[in-house]
This record gives sequence, C-alpha cells and structure tokens, in this order.
Amino acid sequence: MIAALPDPTDDLPPLATYALRLGDDALVLAHRLGEWIANAPQIEEDIALGNIGLDLLGQARSLLSYAGEVEGAGRTEDDLAYLRDERQFRNVQLVEIANGDFAVTIARQLAFSTYQHGLYEALSDSTDELLAGVAAKAVKEVDYHRDHATQWALRLGDGTEESHRRMQAGVETVWPYVAELFQSDPLEQELARMGVGVDTATLKPAWDSRLEAVLAEATLSVPVAAWTAHGGRQGIHTEALGYLLAEMQHLHRSHPGASW
Amino acid sequence: MSETRDVAGTADLTAAGGHGAVPTTGVPLHEPGGPGRDWPLWEVFIRSRRGLSHSHVGSLHAPDAGMALRNARDVYTRRQEGVSIWVIPAAAITASSPAEKDAFFDPAADKIYRHPTFYDVPAGVKHL
Repeated sequence: MIAALPDPTDDLPPLATYALRLGDDALVLAHRLGEWIANAPQIEEDIALGNIGLDLLGQARSLLSYAGEVEGAGRTEDDLAYLRDERQFRNVQLVEIANGDFAVTIARQLAFSTYQHGLYEALSDSTDELLAGVAAKAVKEVDYHRDHATQWALRLGDGTEESHRRMQAGVETVWPYVAELFQSDPLEQELARMGVGVDTATLKPAWDSRLEAVLAEATLSVPVAAWTAHGGRQGIHTEALGYLLAEMQHLHRSHPGASW
Repeated sequence: MSETRDVAGTADLTAAGGHGAVPTTGVPLHEPGGPGRDWPLWEVFIRSRRGLSHSHVGSLHAPDAGMALRNARDVYTRRQEGVSIWVIPAAAITASSPAEKDAFFDPAADKIYRHPTFYDVPAGVKHL
C-alpha cells in the first residue's frame, strides 16, 4: 500500500470523486488521441481519432462539471481540468501511457473502449439522473470507438508479418494496465450498493470474453501480464501524466481566464 | 515531388481524384514508400434524408470497403449530413471524357420539348 500525499481531492464527497474518476479517464485519453491529429497514417485516421477524442472530451466536460457541482465549492470544469496537479487526477494509468505507434494506440483503445462500453451500459441504469443521462448518451459513441479499434486490430493482427508483430507488441504493451480497470474499491462498491455507481469487478468476465474473441480472430495471442499497474484512482500515476498535463494546462495557467 | 504519372492515351478515364474526369498528366503521386501508398481511393455517396437519393460528396483513401465506410462516417457525416452512406472504389467508375463533351452533351441543347415545362406543377410538390 502506497501512502498518498494529502490533497483537497481526498476530501471530496464520494459522488464527486466518482464523477472525477470517470471524467479524468475521458479527459486524459481525449488529450492522447488529440496528439494523433496530423500524425496518423492517413488524414482520414487523423479525423477518426480526433472525433473519438472529441466524444471523450464531451463526456469529460459533463462529468467534471458535475464533480464540481457535487463538491459545492464553486470549482468549474476548467478549474478541475487545468488547475489540479498530477496527484489529484483520478484516472486509470491505461489512458495516460504514451501513444506509441499506431498499433499501441489501437490496443489501448480496444481495451479501454470495451471497458467503458460495459461501464456506461450498466451506468445507464444509475439512480443518479445525471450519471445515467451521460452514460446513456455516451454508450452510443463508445460503441463506435470499440468498433473502430476492433476493425483495426483485426486488420493489423491478421495483416502482414510486420503489422501482426506490431499489433501483438501493442497488446502486450497495454496488458499490464488492464487489471486496474476492474479493481473496485470501497468507494465504488458503496456507490454500487446504492445503485449510483457500477462495481467494475463485475464487468471483467464480459470484457475477457470479448477481447479473447477479437484477439483470436485477429490471430493474436492473449498476453500474460508479468506485472500490473495500480494506484491511478488514488492519484498515483506514471511519469507520462506529468508531461501530458504540462502541455494540456500550460496555456490556461500562463493566461488565467483567457478565452476566445 | 518528382514522380508524376502520364496515362493519357494509355488508360480509360476514371473518377479517380474525386472530381469526375480528371487531369491525366502531371499528376503528383505519393512519395515512393510514403504513407498510404497502398490505400485505394473511394468515392463517397450520402443520402441526406429519407426520400432523397444518394449524392456524391467527395472521396477518401481506405484500405478496404469496411474501413472506407467508417472513414466516410467520420469525414462526411460529422454534422449529421446523412442517414445512409455508399462507398464505391473510384477505379470502378467509368467517367465521360472532356474531349467528348460536344458529342455527348451539345445535341441536347436545342430540344426544349424534352423539358416538362408544358405541365403545371401542383403546389407543394418538392424535389421534382
């Protein structure tokens, strides 16, 4: 057990923390996908990944705004996105890892969107009206994200020798970060008991069978993770998140209140 | 950008390029070995709403038909432009040649009796 540094995010009401976790996942991954714009193999893929990123950013805005509202201290979505430090971010580590090559990004997207689809599907029945609304709208977006990643995984896996090698390496790169997605904690379990949140541990079997099916069709093997990542929900992150936040936040911090 | 293609007289005109009959000389190709060199061109047709026909909206590159459909969704229907998409390999389209313009189209110019201008169009009929 790693002792987290004390920070204001520790004292949030459970519902605010929960919204922050889901919002941070979406926000950080949206930024990573945005990095592909003008760098993807084709302009069509720039647009596809950019669209997916914008869907996620839309989800993040609703969830961060809600977290601020529940906290009741007057923090806006911008305050939460731009004025928190690394240790106050509650995203899983999977979404912050570097893009790598196109195959790593596709593997990450396949893993995350399959998880997020199961999560949002279950969250659509939440007794919390806002969470249910966000999830019901987003599940259609994520359905497409998952399809996009699946299509590419199949083509790269079952493509040329080189594309197969890279896709397999991509899946192996992201695999250690998968366990964290399904690691529920007391906060999540309590909210699940109240019918507000979802116990992510319950989503794992469906995720496993879907991923196994896609990887098998793509002629890829299911990796065995030699280690697993932990701690994102408690503010423990990889080195990569600091650099990501520096880029994402510097404009807002250099020019507070700037708008156009 | 030194390599160009010159197919005048050696190939039928196609819709490749996305604008009907296209210039066939001095057309820059991708850099040899550059990205996307193997991806064929697809023409995209969108039905904007039920009751209308599919219209040509543009073209894109994709490795196969399935990805062409998804790319078309991302590139051409981001602002709710459509309810249905067709993608067709550009190479599968045979286009008329600008050189044949006179023979193809001019003879229709003076045949006004082919226009339905002698009928009254009922009020409220759209898309006629």
